[in-house]
Formats: sequence, structure tokens, C-alpha cells
Amino acid sequence: MKSLEDLHKLREKLKADIKLRKDEGTKIIVGMGTCGIAAGAREVMSAILDELAVRKLLNVQVQQTGCIGMCEKEVLVDVIRPGEPRITYGKVKPEDVKKIIAEHVVNGRIVEELVVGKLEQE
Amino acid sequence: MRELSLHILDLAQNSIEAGARNLIVAINENENGFFVFSIEDDGRGMSPELLRQVRDPFTTTRLSRKVGMGIPFIDMVTQQCGGHLEITSEKGKGTRIAAYFAAGNIDMPPLGDIAASVRVLLAGAPWIDLEFIYCCGQGRLDFSTCQVREILGDAADFANPEISLWLEEYLKQEIAKVKGMEVQ
Repeated sequence: MKSLEDLHKLREKLKADIKLRKDEGTKIIVGMGTCGIAAGAREVMSAILDELAVRKLLNVQVQQTGCIGMCEKEVLVDVIRPGEPRITYGKVKPEDVKKIIAEHVVNGRIVEELVVGKLEQE
Repeated sequence: MRELSLHILDLAQNSIEAGARNLIVAINENENGFFVFSIEDDGRGMSPELLRQVRDPFTTTRLSRKVGMGIPFIDMVTQQCGGHLEITSEKGKGTRIAAYFAAGNIDMPPLGDIAASVRVLLAGAPWIDLEFIYCCGQGRLDFSTCQVREILGDAADFANPEISLWLEEYLKQEIAKVKGMEVQ
């Protein structure tokens, strides 16, 4: 059973988390337009949040964006590691999430077979 | 879309993009013979002209494409299910969208995983204040992000995976209670 009481117990730990989360860490951005949602963005985003919780990756920020005009390639997920190019993954399924996080987010190895775009950061 | 919860998530994204800070998502399984969900925001609202055109898929405020499918899509689904879509909006005040479906209509998509939609909505826009109301029969759930903020203060970050996970499980359990189902 979950209750609001659980949050009281977690409060001190969560307060400590804020400091970690303010760091300029890796960003993961999920396409959440109508096209993205219809293609399964909610499940992909849930899978990302679950995996970050399991791995306790607190310095990774999850964000969303609207339709960027590549609707046919949704679900689109961008990973930006500090100082590295922005990599766009396409047709991402919830079952791809573990691999993207383990390989790219944690270890910096791009999951080539899912990449649909690469943008050098300024 | 397979679930009404996905439409709700999609329409709520419009509110976020309209700069809303406060959002009320309400679902009633049977209100005078209709299944109804509504989304009310305090975003920038629409002019009367935009409001007239908003059900047309070739109307959108976004610049990346010339089509916007979200509202036309749910408008069509309500009509196919013996219902209708109500949109009221005032520029500078906000927008309210309410989708009506004839209760028990066999073409109505299932509500689906609304706890997942709420969780993902808040993880993507952790700054908003959300009130989520779910009514079924005599039961009613009234959840507000303010309840969490009161306990956690500045630490109430809905993008924090741990809070996000707690929220999904908590909502699932509370919704099941309202439905009178066994909680696992």
C-alpha cells in the first residue's frame, strides 16, 4: 500500500536529491506531440523513469518536447551528454530503453542501430 | 489512440504549451448518462476566431507543421460514440475542454492507464499544479499535487524518478479503491 505518509519518510532523502539533480547532467528528451503519444511516447517515458529510478540516476534530466516534424519516426528520444553531440533515436520502443540507458546514458556508447539523427552542439 | 488516457495526456500537453500553471483533470464514469472527461487550464486561452477554427486539422499554433490533430481527433471520437466535445476559452484566462461519450457506447475506447498519463504529464511539466478528480459510482478520488508539495516542499519534484514511481503506484491504488476493486 502506498500513502502520502510514505513521502514523509522519504522527505530527507528527497531533499538531498535536489542538490544532485541540479547538476548539469545528461538530458533525455521524449517527443510528446500527438504523433509521439499515438506511437507510444507515454510507455517509453514511463520506461525511462522506471529505469532511472532502478539505477538511481539522479543527475539525468528527463524532458519532453512537442512534434518536431518527424512524426513517422516517433517515438523520438534525444540523448544529450554534456559536451557531446545530441543524438536522436527513432521508433523507440519501451524495450529499447534499458539498452539506450545502459549503453549511451551511462557508458557513452551510442546505440547505432536506433539512431535517426545527430546534431553537433554549439 | 487506443485509450482515452492518451487523449487526455495529449490535450493536457496543449495546456502546458499554452503556458498553464494550474490544471484540473476530471473524469466521471457516469454523469447523467455520459462518460465525461474534462481538462481545464489557466493558459493563454484562445481568441473567438481561433476557437471557431480549432476543430479543423489544418489549424495549429505551432510552426513546425501546418496540421494539428489533437482536438480534431478527440472531436471525431466523441461523435462516433454518441457524444460531443465542448470547448470554452477566453483569451488571457484559460481553456476548458470536456469530452462526452454516451455511457456504455461499444465504440468508446477504454479509459486505459490514467495513472501512467498523470505521471508522465507531471514528469514532463513538473512545475504545474494539477488537481486530478476521478468519479465512479459513489466513489470519488481527489488528488492534488499540492498535497505532495505540502509534505515535501521544495523537494516535491515530479520529474524525480522516485516520486514519479510513487505517484503512479499511489494513483493506481486509489483509482482501484474508487472502482471498488481489490487493491493488490
